[in-house]
Amino acid sequence: MRFLARRLGFYLLTAWAAVTLNFLIPRLMPGDPVELLVARMKDNVDPAAIEAMRRAFGLSDAGLWQQYLDYLGNLAHGELGRSITFFPTEVSSVIAGSLPWTVGLVGVATVISYLIGTSLGVLMAWKRGTWLDGVLPAATFMHAVPYFWVALALVFVFGVTLQWFPVSRAYGLDVTAGLTGEFAGSVLYHAVLPGVTIVVASMADRILGMRNVMVTTLGEDYVVMAEAKGLTSRRVMWAYAARNAILPNITSFALSLGFVVGGSVLTEIVFSYPGIGSMLLKGVENEDFPLMQGIFLVISLAVLVANFLADLAYLILDPRTKQ
Amino acid sequence: MNVLEIRDLSVDYLSGSGAVHAVADVSLDLRRGEILGLAGESGSGKSTLANAVARLLRPPAAITGGSVVHHRRDGGPVDVLKLGRKELRAFRWKELAVVFQSAMNALNPVSTVGAQIDDVLRVHAPDMPRKERTERTVELLQRVGISADRRRGYPHELSGGMRQRAAIAIALALNPEIIIMDEPTTALDVVVQREILHEIKALRQEYGFAVVFITHDLSLLMEISDRIAIMYAGRVVETGSAKALHRSPSHPYTLGLLRSFPRLHGPREELLGIPGTPPDLRSLPSGCAFHPRCRFAVEECSARRPALLPGVEGQVACLLNDDKGVLR
Repeated sequence: MRFLARRLGFYLLTAWAAVTLNFLIPRLMPGDPVELLVARMKDNVDPAAIEAMRRAFGLSDAGLWQQYLDYLGNLAHGELGRSITFFPTEVSSVIAGSLPWTVGLVGVATVISYLIGTSLGVLMAWKRGTWLDGVLPAATFMHAVPYFWVALALVFVFGVTLQWFPVSRAYGLDVTAGLTGEFAGSVLYHAVLPGVTIVVASMADRILGMRNVMVTTLGEDYVVMAEAKGLTSRRVMWAYAARNAILPNITSFALSLGFVVGGSVLTEIVFSYPGIGSMLLKGVENEDFPLMQGIFLVISLAVLVANFLADLAYLILDPRTKQ
Repeated sequence: MNVLEIRDLSVDYLSGSGAVHAVADVSLDLRRGEILGLAGESGSGKSTLANAVARLLRPPAAITGGSVVHHRRDGGPVDVLKLGRKELRAFRWKELAVVFQSAMNALNPVSTVGAQIDDVLRVHAPDMPRKERTERTVELLQRVGISADRRRGYPHELSGGMRQRAAIAIALALNPEIIIMDEPTTALDVVVQREILHEIKALRQEYGFAVVFITHDLSLLMEISDRIAIMYAGRVVETGSAKALHRSPSHPYTLGLLRSFPRLHGPREELLGIPGTPPDLRSLPSGCAFHPRCRFAVEECSARRPALLPGVEGQVACLLNDDKGVLR
């Protein structure tokens, strides 16, 4: 329990640091969102309107300390300011609108990729020296290939040439969003290609990572002893070898879960998927600092939460961490 | 009455530059209920021999010949090396259990001590109800001096000696006829070592299993074993009762091992030790593999390899002993 409390304290401190940096960085940069908006409108703006916008964006000439307190207060209410790209929509509602798509697509794909990749890695280590070793070069190749290349290849083959799957958007234009079977089917149908892209492109890492640790673990005395005990191969493989080999892989899995929230930017762009990644791209294109800031904040908090979950998982899976 | 008969067993490590004969033509008997000590320097093949008997060798090691016949308490002899997968699983632990070198690494770190006894029972006695399994676990742990509540503890929560005791308790789970102990006390301090040895002796009295006790510590073997086999470069060079070996070793190598540590009692003796280093198994000396390090070597030793023949007491493989014990 002390371990958990210590970790929790560490994460709270890190979260505070992230929030504070998020406050400081834009204020250390020259210019502000209103100047950007005004520049966009080619300076044809009424001074009164400028003043109104400054208030809308929460800009003030108050001291830095006062601004910081206001910022923290707003944050506590979930207010992240207004987006420039989607003015006057609030950043929080832009994120709320795109986050579910990303978490649904990238999150589920990441979990699937982890499950398949880890199982394959275990199996390949167990059956090393057989035909399964042939998967290794393929995995190494996939490991080296970038995401967007896989995405483009899949789009070309299954989207354009064979026309089996749609190549863009999250659901068809002919269905209305709602809790209907038709809508869900359309969403799933549209998620196949981007989902497969993420699974294929990230699975190689899992296979190689798990296989390497597993091969080392198989040489441990407790695995030999499990075999000497006359246990079934399945039990030796999973309960003794894989159960121990998975521990070092938890951290990397947690990290990738944290980055799920950041979206798989390139995949989302290739498939015009309305997730956080696409929003981030739009924010960058339009110098939409409030939006970028909001997204970065959400990403950093998600990474922290994922790490905390990894610590929790460790605590449950490895009795040696309980001191 | 032998419980295990090893005949002409050979194990090779296959490597790119040819095979290394880690164990060569070893024949050895294990009698029911005895403690057989297996001694030799590192690399003499004693652990490989034990792993071969338990069928635990992994590539690149491979058994190239010989047989290991197990005489069951009730039933005929079976060649362990010819067992099918299922028969082998049934043979393991029920007939032959292993206590590994360092219990530190032999216990699964993420599983409780109790669970590691329990899974043996679950596999080999599927009909045993959970309650009985728990009772048996508690009984076994208490028998080796571990309190019952420790069964919920993890290996890292136990001391080195406790872990070794736990490993012994796991080995006893199915009341096997043979237990191979591969340097079970090497990682422990002398006091704990002594306790464990006494424990093994007492358990042997109680359960009547036979032990193959592997160590490089000959003085320890003298104390615990009924018989001892000395290995050198993959071959057995001398066997005999512990007393006979102690009193009158017939092989120069045994003599060297005995004289490489000081005696606490009895007359003063010169510490002889053994000059040189263990041979490279890839290029063994011709004739008797020990001759370059042997103080009694004669010319013939480099030309002819001695066979393991009955000596004054036990067996010995030394040309000097072909007709008479030359060392005394």
